[in-house]
Amino acid sequence: MLDEPLIFERGSRGRIGWPVPPVPDGAVPDLPPELRRDDDLAGLPEVGELETLRHFLRLSQWNYSAATTLYPLGSCTMKYNPVVNEEVARLPGFAGLHPLVPERLAQGALELLAALESALAAVSGLDAVCLQPAAGAHGELLGMLLVRAYHVDRGAPRRRVLIPSSAHGTNPASATLCGYEVREVPADARGLLPASAVAAAMDESVAALMITNPNTLGLFEEEMEAITAAVHARGGLVYMDGANLNAIMGVAKPGDMGVDVMQFNLHKTFSTPHGGGGPGAGPVAVRSPLAEYLPVPRLARRGETLGWSDDAPKSVGRLRSFYGNFGILVRAYAYMSRLGGPGLAEATRLAVLNANYLRARLRGTYYLPYDTPSLHECVFSDRHLQEYDVHTLDVAKRLLDYGFYAPTIYFPLVVKGALMIEPTETETRETLDEFANAMLRIAEEARTEPATVRDAPHNTRVARLDETRAARRPVLRWRPADPEKTGESA
Amino acid sequence: MSGYSPHTPEDVAAMLAAIGVESIDDLFAHVPASLRARAAIDLPPGLTEPELRRHLAGFAARNAGALGPAVFLGAGAYPHWIPAVVDQVLLRSEFATAYTPYQPEVSQGTLQAIFEFQTFAALLLGLDVANASMYDGASATAEAVLMARRVLPGRRTVWLARALHPHYRATVKTYLRGLGDVQIRELPFGPDGRTDVTGLDSAVGPDALCVVLGQPNVFGVLEDIGGVTAAMRAVGALTITATTEPLALALVRSPGACGADIAVAEGQSFGLPLAYGGPGVGLFATHERHVRNMPGRIVGETADARGRRGYVLTLATREQHIRRERATSNICTNQGLCALAVTVYLSLLGRNGLRRLADVNYQAAHAAARRLEAAGVPRVFPGPFFNEFVVHAPDAAADWEGLAEDGIVAGFPLARWYPELSGSLLVCVTETHAPDQVDRLVTALAAPGRAARSARG
Repeated sequence: MLDEPLIFERGSRGRIGWPVPPVPDGAVPDLPPELRRDDDLAGLPEVGELETLRHFLRLSQWNYSAATTLYPLGSCTMKYNPVVNEEVARLPGFAGLHPLVPERLAQGALELLAALESALAAVSGLDAVCLQPAAGAHGELLGMLLVRAYHVDRGAPRRRVLIPSSAHGTNPASATLCGYEVREVPADARGLLPASAVAAAMDESVAALMITNPNTLGLFEEEMEAITAAVHARGGLVYMDGANLNAIMGVAKPGDMGVDVMQFNLHKTFSTPHGGGGPGAGPVAVRSPLAEYLPVPRLARRGETLGWSDDAPKSVGRLRSFYGNFGILVRAYAYMSRLGGPGLAEATRLAVLNANYLRARLRGTYYLPYDTPSLHECVFSDRHLQEYDVHTLDVAKRLLDYGFYAPTIYFPLVVKGALMIEPTETETRETLDEFANAMLRIAEEARTEPATVRDAPHNTRVARLDETRAARRPVLRWRPADPEKTGESA
Repeated sequence: MSGYSPHTPEDVAAMLAAIGVESIDDLFAHVPASLRARAAIDLPPGLTEPELRRHLAGFAARNAGALGPAVFLGAGAYPHWIPAVVDQVLLRSEFATAYTPYQPEVSQGTLQAIFEFQTFAALLLGLDVANASMYDGASATAEAVLMARRVLPGRRTVWLARALHPHYRATVKTYLRGLGDVQIRELPFGPDGRTDVTGLDSAVGPDALCVVLGQPNVFGVLEDIGGVTAAMRAVGALTITATTEPLALALVRSPGACGADIAVAEGQSFGLPLAYGGPGVGLFATHERHVRNMPGRIVGETADARGRRGYVLTLATREQHIRRERATSNICTNQGLCALAVTVYLSLLGRNGLRRLADVNYQAAHAAARRLEAAGVPRVFPGPFFNEFVVHAPDAAADWEGLAEDGIVAGFPLARWYPELSGSLLVCVTETHAPDQVDRLVTALAAPGRAARSARG
């Protein structure tokens, strides 16, 4: 593979990559000297346009991505990101729209947002939607702020939040950020949360249960209705992490399950590109008693036109600037419109079919810690490989040699050495077979040539990287070798 | 089959046989029937791709996009030219459709680009280290205050400049809602538009946690950061700066050089479209000694077994997936593709282009302000500014929407955020504004009624 240095290590003094218009004439006074930057931006690159393009294209070739290969990261729903969505999000009427233009000049944007709110309400069976959160974890934060506001309004915020042991790490972190103490509720031997355990943990100090359904084992919480009833019986609320919504569209609505508040991950279920980490979007839906606490500004219809309203005295406030990740919301709306109600339900059915197909092909060879029927993902472990001293990490690295990204590994924490596989509905049977064959072959290699697996990957740009060194002696940025290029610093 | 799934009926039949069930419905048999019975999604059937294009173009056509009226709005989102190369790189599926680089061996593109992003953020903000990005400038500001709380546990008073962008102030307040032990106090602004720090020395005590200032502030005015850091240092408190228009930092002394402990910025100006306010990207930098209290993802340099340089996510022991309820933040991603846009943009403009572009903005805005002044539209605040300034134009402010209908969005009527500034417009002029648009701005502000009439013809 072509090598490529840091952009800061390229270039030549005085070069410029993009011509800037000339500075207009005008007898304009300079900035006062005490405000002026005095390092002449030393350290910034001086590179040409092709040089820059080539730099980033080379970097791009070092990535595996969902468009170039199966990317079976469990709980991340790495489905196909339709190309047409990139095109429509770039329409000048969307991309060039300033967020503070008079509302009459933004009616198309506002109508699209209103339509997306309605569509998400229809999928979730909940009453009101807020599109502001920038990511799933941002939505969780909002959800817990709403829980808190709801209880404060009824006297006191309460103290605790119940979280099942299989939960995503953001759940406890989000609850803590809202001032709550976290109490873990264990799952049963089938990997499911028993309503009796929730009822036993419930009292008037519990503000909410945060639950993921289907859970991080890919299992539908079969006692969900009894669980939510037990929480409600003691005045608590139920927060559902919607990360796994791709498993239940058209199968079960959170609103019908007794959920009071949830977040959507538009970059998962509704197919906006993951972008190497973001931007995503994490809208929140609530049952009507929580609607008055939703962030401002809110969409409001005034006669024929839509506008923004700050008139919400009980609102938790604002989570970010402006209205949300609009560019992402456009893509998600495009995806939902392309599929329609029946298409979304079909996506769920085929996602579950694909995951169960992989489960059937791999079980026996890989250890399946929970035999409970699963939906859109399946969780195996490395137990059968341990006698060869081959572990989950090795399997993941070896998969890279076979041209696949790795599943989510060592999560959920309730499974030791977990391999969490989510193929999504957009993969063909042939691709699933190729992936399953690679997995089976790796299991065979673990027996016959374990060193090959343990030393993997062999075919990638770099071999296993020394993560301990990175953490012990952090090098977090490029620094100039040339003392002239020092940068401005305190 | 419809949508984006490739399954043929034969595929489905073969897969069901392999699983050992009769139908796809059987795979959902364990979901309570009471839920399944009510789960149909009440949305219309899907569209074909051509129909989808038409549908979305219909929404877009009802907005004033880049080719519509002359828009002199900044106030947290800034119009700048975007080099074509930026979007070409963002369209690369290898970047766009990857995720958080959990497997570094096949994510070196994303990781090296983030390492470069961190370097750009640290250089521009004038501090040692930066993270892999936050959601936007406002949430980065809130995270900075939460970080200050970890650096200085037990301190309770947060000072927010009233001249800090109101969205940023509101976001800080929201993030602090659940943590009942923090008290927020406001620093007023003076007649020059800068934060009034007279008396700050005596007002801050050992309870002070941090101060947050905009640089430039919401009025476009450049703050005297050094004057504030001295007062905060005297009581051991931190100074945080938040920059909505980071292009200013190509010209203006960096927050770090002025003594800020944490500096954040909204990166939208660097290669991201306005997109009705999002997505943006938060830049976040601080001193090396605080790095373990920094929120968010961080990429570090290391080597593989053969000694080849490579990059990994590092210092993860701060993070939610390891620390759970004891994490520094609940954030579990960065703003990857937006951070990439910033990285490509800053590479292209680089040391020479960025400085010149900042000069162009400075000159264009100051020239426009002078013409307005000459036309009887004075600036409200005499403080130094970059590419945004406040003018007193009560008639135009009153007829703001009318002027917009006639093709000129003459800044932002500040009374919506600051009732005490009624009759004021916050005007932003950048390299994107053509001379004839500035002419129309001057005409509109000098005599709004006449401008409206002549534009209506």
